[in-house]
Amino acid sequence: MSDEHHAHHHHDHDHDHGSELSPMDLRVRALESILVEKGYVDPAAIDALVEMYETRVGPRNGAQVVARTWADADFRDWLRRDASAAIASMGFEGRQGEHMVAVENTPEEHNLVVCTLCSCYPWPVLGLPPTWYKSAPYRSRAVIDPRGVLAEFGVSLPETTRIRVWDSTAEMRYLVIPMRPEGTQGWSQEKLADLVTRDAMIGTGLARDPASLASGEDAA
Amino acid sequence: MNLPDALDAATQAAQAPIPRCADGPVFSAPWEAQAFAMTLRLHEQGAFTWKEWAHTLSTVIREAQAAGDPDDGATYYTHWLTALERIIAQKRLVAHDQLETRRAALYRAARATPHGEPIRLENDPEFRA
Repeated sequence: MSDEHHAHHHHDHDHDHGSELSPMDLRVRALESILVEKGYVDPAAIDALVEMYETRVGPRNGAQVVARTWADADFRDWLRRDASAAIASMGFEGRQGEHMVAVENTPEEHNLVVCTLCSCYPWPVLGLPPTWYKSAPYRSRAVIDPRGVLAEFGVSLPETTRIRVWDSTAEMRYLVIPMRPEGTQGWSQEKLADLVTRDAMIGTGLARDPASLASGEDAA
Repeated sequence: MNLPDALDAATQAAQAPIPRCADGPVFSAPWEAQAFAMTLRLHEQGAFTWKEWAHTLSTVIREAQAAGDPDDGATYYTHWLTALERIIAQKRLVAHDQLETRRAALYRAARATPHGEPIRLENDPEFRA
């Protein structure tokens, strides 16, 4: 057998040039095609939703809420009384943001949010959760050993600071309001929002150091 | 799943490090995004409540964990899709058999579709409109 012949046969071994779907693609496409046929879902609506969660809903929304809470005492009062309404007034509402509670960090108390059962998360303000939030180690250890979890995220709090863990549910979602860093008097809300990271709003981080903004340092 | 298995899995999870890789895209594959979006649409049309959904998803996750899934977050949307298939069967929207039949048809359709072209159900050699 010549090399040429061999090469040809190698490509042709199963007698077709067909396509293949991965097992997960096969499952999703089977489901979607039936749901579309039955009129339960519209492919255009599916695409629009995906686009929205990939590009428009994310922790920048929550950072704006936090910055306004720091800068605007009336808004802070409203947030304390009715977080869902106060947040919705900024245009961040809808799916999984219907029942929001804002929990404020103080020198005495630090708040940490988890969903021990699955992955309940305040989508309108934070987008979809990061992988670690959905992982079993985080879900179980946030409750058993919150201080240890914080250490893994590089956060160490004074021994005198209590850590309060909030377990999200299908009905209740939490947004952590981190402490406003020192040295930010007179800052615009826009500039303040740059200090607010996603992790700070889950409680696995703190607001960024104002000095880090000047140096262009990046944080999760 | 029995209780000791669940406890064992929970203990293991409690000892494993939290997987803190760099943040990737929101969805790591298109099928994840589609499974996610279909669930939202069905919920919005009243097919199930979000409480029912959260219950189904957490049950599927617990079962997978007990069966040895590392449950490190990377398999999350696999659990999500399993939960979606389960809840729509429970709600009698789409029966399990119907899904199986459609998967087989799509598999044949894919095999019969030249690489690079869109895979349509009509490409299934056994397709009957």
